[in-house]
Amino acid sequence: MIRHFAGRVGQAIVATSGVLTIVFFIMRLSGDPTLLLVPEGASAQQIAELRHALGFDRPLLVQYVAYLSDLAHLDLGQSVVQRASVAGIVAERIPYTMMLAAGALLVALGIGIPAGIVMAVWRGSIMERALAGFVLTGQSLPTFWSGILLILLFGVALGWLPSSGADSLQSLVMPSIALGALTMSTFARMTRIAVLDELSRDYVMAARARGLSLRTAVLRHVLRNASIPVVTIAALEVGNLLAGAVIVETVFAWPGIGQLAIQSIAARDFLVVQAIVLFVSTVYIGMNLLADIAYAVIDPRIRLER
Amino acid sequence: MSGKLSPGIIVILTLLAAFILAAAGADLLAHNDPLRQSLLMRLRPPGTFTATTSYPLGTDDLGRDLLARILYGARASLMVATLSVSVSLVVGTVVGLLAGWFRGWIEIVSMRLVDSVLSIPAILLAILTVAVLGPGFLTLVLVLGLTRWPRYTRVAYAQTLQVVTLPYIRAAEMAGCGPVRILLRHVLPNIAGPLIVVATSEFGLMILFEAGLSFLGLGVQPPYPSWGSIMAAGRQYVQRAWWLTVFPGVALFVLVLCVNLFGDWLRDSLDPRSLSR
Repeated sequence: MIRHFAGRVGQAIVATSGVLTIVFFIMRLSGDPTLLLVPEGASAQQIAELRHALGFDRPLLVQYVAYLSDLAHLDLGQSVVQRASVAGIVAERIPYTMMLAAGALLVALGIGIPAGIVMAVWRGSIMERALAGFVLTGQSLPTFWSGILLILLFGVALGWLPSSGADSLQSLVMPSIALGALTMSTFARMTRIAVLDELSRDYVMAARARGLSLRTAVLRHVLRNASIPVVTIAALEVGNLLAGAVIVETVFAWPGIGQLAIQSIAARDFLVVQAIVLFVSTVYIGMNLLADIAYAVIDPRIRLER
Repeated sequence: MSGKLSPGIIVILTLLAAFILAAAGADLLAHNDPLRQSLLMRLRPPGTFTATTSYPLGTDDLGRDLLARILYGARASLMVATLSVSVSLVVGTVVGLLAGWFRGWIEIVSMRLVDSVLSIPAILLAILTVAVLGPGFLTLVLVLGLTRWPRYTRVAYAQTLQVVTLPYIRAAEMAGCGPVRILLRHVLPNIAGPLIVVATSEFGLMILFEAGLSFLGLGVQPPYPSWGSIMAAGRQYVQRAWWLTVFPGVALFVLVLCVNLFGDWLRDSLDPRSLSR
């Protein structure tokens, strides 16, 4: 058991260091990262000074070690554009993105799981077909388009909900639906497969033979077992939601880290973009690890393997 | 759907063929230049006809023909998706084959790299790289291709591990075949099916990524049309000119839907076991 967890933690550490290395090299793809950080129209003298101040004139390996040691101290650098600490700039926006991700997860779980159960239990019915179409739509809708359509319908035509900003809880409704649609489809498909898997087991037939109604069998036994794969997917989907927030936040002018990333690219504030990529990737790896551990805790068969 | 052509799949294939024809024949089908601006014809609604020409889907904020822009946008979309899927398919498959055949340090390094790349959400990895390198068509293709190859590596690697244990590989080895010949002639054909299924689902994703990046201003650059950038411009006029966001969005949605359905059908045809689900 401890060996299993140690192995998983080790994998997460390797993946994290891999991410740090990839981001380090991408930032240097253009040749001179100084040019990414200076405001436009800076003189050659200013560029040279900044290059020296930021240490970009040192050998690559030295820069790499310095970069890792800064990150180990949670020092993400200073934004040249905003003249403030990058960590502070990003941290200020994180609660908004977390709120949006939570709203989207609520939409996804609240609709996706019941839809998946209905599709599995009433397999072959018209209901299943209708829901399958609904799920497929959610899967193929580009988030920025569904976002604009929601604004067009509920913001412009009906005037029920605010089209942009983060002034009230109502502002959260449309972005959550737009962001949650894809995840909702994933949950629906996974729940359907998990419930179908469980329904075909002998214990379900045994329960039915004992005289339990299908409803009781599903509610008492099937859902508990089917929840294991769904829980792990929920953890993984949080990472996807944070990434999807980039586009949704831009559409709805929601002041989270996604909007910050796009604003920072326009403002050539690349250390902020780097920090956001590192933050989201770390959360993603962390959620992966949590999902693995949760999986092993819930299902003893997994931790006894290997 | 047991691999036979059901009516549903025929509709999907017809629609896909229509998209490909529209993209290839955009020059013939569009009777207006997608780049020609006309300040007198700004934001005209669908079904606008003038003495000299017509705008069946209306015009955009610079008076350009929306139908022409959507047709040329299909070309951008399909070209970026085809090229980036090819890049990631080739890179990912080669890495997977090598890792599965040679094992040892090649396997360790490449599979850890796969884990790391997959830990960075693709859209963020693409945004960071495009931001550093500057937007452009080639950057877009390379960035999308090089962020998605690990998906293929995982499949190619797992399949190669299974195939190399089969007797006919041993036989080929004893007959004196070198690793390149064995991998290309004997392993690759046997693992191609699952890779094609992954490529199809990735194709739909690439179309969405291209549109998303162009929507954010990091993909196809103006004035060249892309569905994403048309919608980004249309977003500012959403109250006055709904057609600028609705029509390119419908095109994008239908294309991605068809690609996804085609992918499902392909998976079911190649793997009869998945039918039980």
